[in-house]
Amino acid sequence: MSADQIVKGTTTAGGAEAVHWLLTLYVAGQTPRSVTAFSNLKQICEEHLPGRYDIEIVDVVTKPELATRDQVVALPTLVRKLPEPVRKVIGDLSNKEKVLVGLEVRTMERTVK
Amino acid sequence: MAAPTTSMQGGVPLLLKCQTGVKGLDEITDGGIPRGRPTLVCGGTGCGKTLLGMDFVIRGIVQFNEPGVFFSFEEKPEELIQNYASFGVDLEGLTREGKLVLEYVHIDRTEIEEAGDYDLEGLFVRLGHSIDTIGAQRVVIDTLEALFSMFANDMVLRAELRRLFAFLKGKGVTTIVTGETGAHTLTRFGLEEYVADCVIALDHTVKEQIATRRLRIVKYRGSSHGTNEYPFLIDHQGLSILPITSLKLDHPVSTERISTGIARLDNMLGGQGFYRGSSVLITGTAGTGKSSLAAHFVDAACRRGERAIYFAFEESQNQIIRNMRSIGIDLEQWVTRGLLTFHNTRPTMYGLEMHLVSMHKVVETAAPSVVVVDPVSNLISTSSIREAKAMLSRLVDYLKLKEITAICTDLATGPNPAESTEVGISSIMDAWLLLQDIAGSGERNRGLYVLKSRGMQHSNQVREFIMTNDGIELRDVYVGSCGVLTGAARTAQEAKEAAEALQRRQDIERKQRQLERRKIAIDAQIMALRTEYEADQDELQRVIAQAKRQEERLVLDAETMAAARQSDNLCRSAAAPETVQGGNQV
Repeated sequence: MSADQIVKGTTTAGGAEAVHWLLTLYVAGQTPRSVTAFSNLKQICEEHLPGRYDIEIVDVVTKPELATRDQVVALPTLVRKLPEPVRKVIGDLSNKEKVLVGLEVRTMERTVK
Repeated sequence: MAAPTTSMQGGVPLLLKCQTGVKGLDEITDGGIPRGRPTLVCGGTGCGKTLLGMDFVIRGIVQFNEPGVFFSFEEKPEELIQNYASFGVDLEGLTREGKLVLEYVHIDRTEIEEAGDYDLEGLFVRLGHSIDTIGAQRVVIDTLEALFSMFANDMVLRAELRRLFAFLKGKGVTTIVTGETGAHTLTRFGLEEYVADCVIALDHTVKEQIATRRLRIVKYRGSSHGTNEYPFLIDHQGLSILPITSLKLDHPVSTERISTGIARLDNMLGGQGFYRGSSVLITGTAGTGKSSLAAHFVDAACRRGERAIYFAFEESQNQIIRNMRSIGIDLEQWVTRGLLTFHNTRPTMYGLEMHLVSMHKVVETAAPSVVVVDPVSNLISTSSIREAKAMLSRLVDYLKLKEITAICTDLATGPNPAESTEVGISSIMDAWLLLQDIAGSGERNRGLYVLKSRGMQHSNQVREFIMTNDGIELRDVYVGSCGVLTGAARTAQEAKEAAEALQRRQDIERKQRQLERRKIAIDAQIMALRTEYEADQDELQRVIAQAKRQEERLVLDAETMAAARQSDNLCRSAAAPETVQGGNQV
């Protein structure tokens, strides 16, 4: 994992009409906590949003102005930029239930279906 | 806690201080807040915490060329820019110049889910970035406690706060952190635990419906500081604190004397008036002319080309100008020329301390040589006598320090105004004039006494104080067998005396005329006598001559007779010898 990279989800067929998710993960350098957060996020996405997500990683240490722009205070912060509205989840995302609640994965999926 | 180590190190290297530039704060902190360390400013809502922080940053930029960062958790930059534009500060301009960073930190708790461990590194990164971008030396975080409403995990927050202060110290920036006052603690979330060096508390109390803002240094490790509650003022120039209780009794004194504007009063005061920089109290019951006397003094000062300030607590500027015109004093001309400034405020406008603070400010900016406070007694209406006295003694001290002559009028009520002043301030005044009603024979008249005047000879006499179209006049009162007379009684007495004097003068004149006449009469007599004498003389001489001629005739006749008779010896003795002698000589 390197900073500011966009991680494309593995594409699966039949996702044309499904909502696309853009998630930004703000971290400060490659700390153990950042790494944990990223792997937790990846796991959750693969499980619940296969093929319908992009993860953008922003290292605020190198791009502090982005932290200012997006009102990031706590790290790691996960921001759901799409679908709107913006939702935020902070922490290393180890509490999967809370991540799902915070990102409104289940409710969003329900409304789509 | 990190506290003990900090205090122990305090003595060895001198504690560096950072001048805030906030008026008065540097004086009570003995040079500023600790440089390179965080200072906590706590207080309730509307105390002026944000303003103090912003003042610190702005003055740092403007006065000390120290760039600053302002992290706001409550107000957006646009709001701050708007708010400070009304103070005449262009925050946007300062930002463009790269001297200021205004950053708004906001997190809506409702759109955030906490899932797992986190820290506040984002805030650190942002702070660090802002500080580094402009090379900031000052940082304000307003209000740091807002973090507690953004995040649920207190444990994390507390650990992060400790880390934050260490981070700021490491950056070497002088920081002000603000916090809301808690119920029993200085701050609601105990921020004071983390800031061990300097804590300033702001307070906003309302007493008898009058609000006063106060500031107190709760603690300042490694430095002496004023311990009192100092009132402060927020006005268009920002925040100013006046450490008035720290004044010492070591003001300079002047031997220069200045006129009171009333020649006879000057005469009563050793012929030259008051000392410059002295404080003068004018006491009197209602309508005895205190303000008129003060107006004279102001007029005299302005005539000398000096600046004067008239603090009026009862009348408006226009009213005073109109009233003084009726006794021939045109104060308006001095106002137009900028020598005289009126400051009319209601005593109930704000608390005593605030009055003092605002008066300080006015005096600071105008730098007058004469100040009139009319009347000081009215200030008591806003507080207790003890407080009023403390406030006035501070005001008087302050004016003395500045070598400003102070004229304070004091409305005396009560039966015997000579014995006491309403606020008991006579002991701190250098000179005390008493205006008193002298009642008698159906009228009241004004009398003026000089009760005291330190350091100069002064008259012990009462003077009658008369207001004429050309100002105040002092007259001697009539003191005689029938007591002290003033007004109509004096006038009557004076008329009576004048009549008597006239009578006496006329008497003398009459006597002189009499004497004159007598002289003329006697002269005439002398003349008559002389004429008589001369007449007599003529007559007698004529008679004598006649007698002589008769005699000669007789002799001649006798000789003729003798000759006729051929006598040879009868009349020889008379005529013959000449002939004989003559004959002999020939």
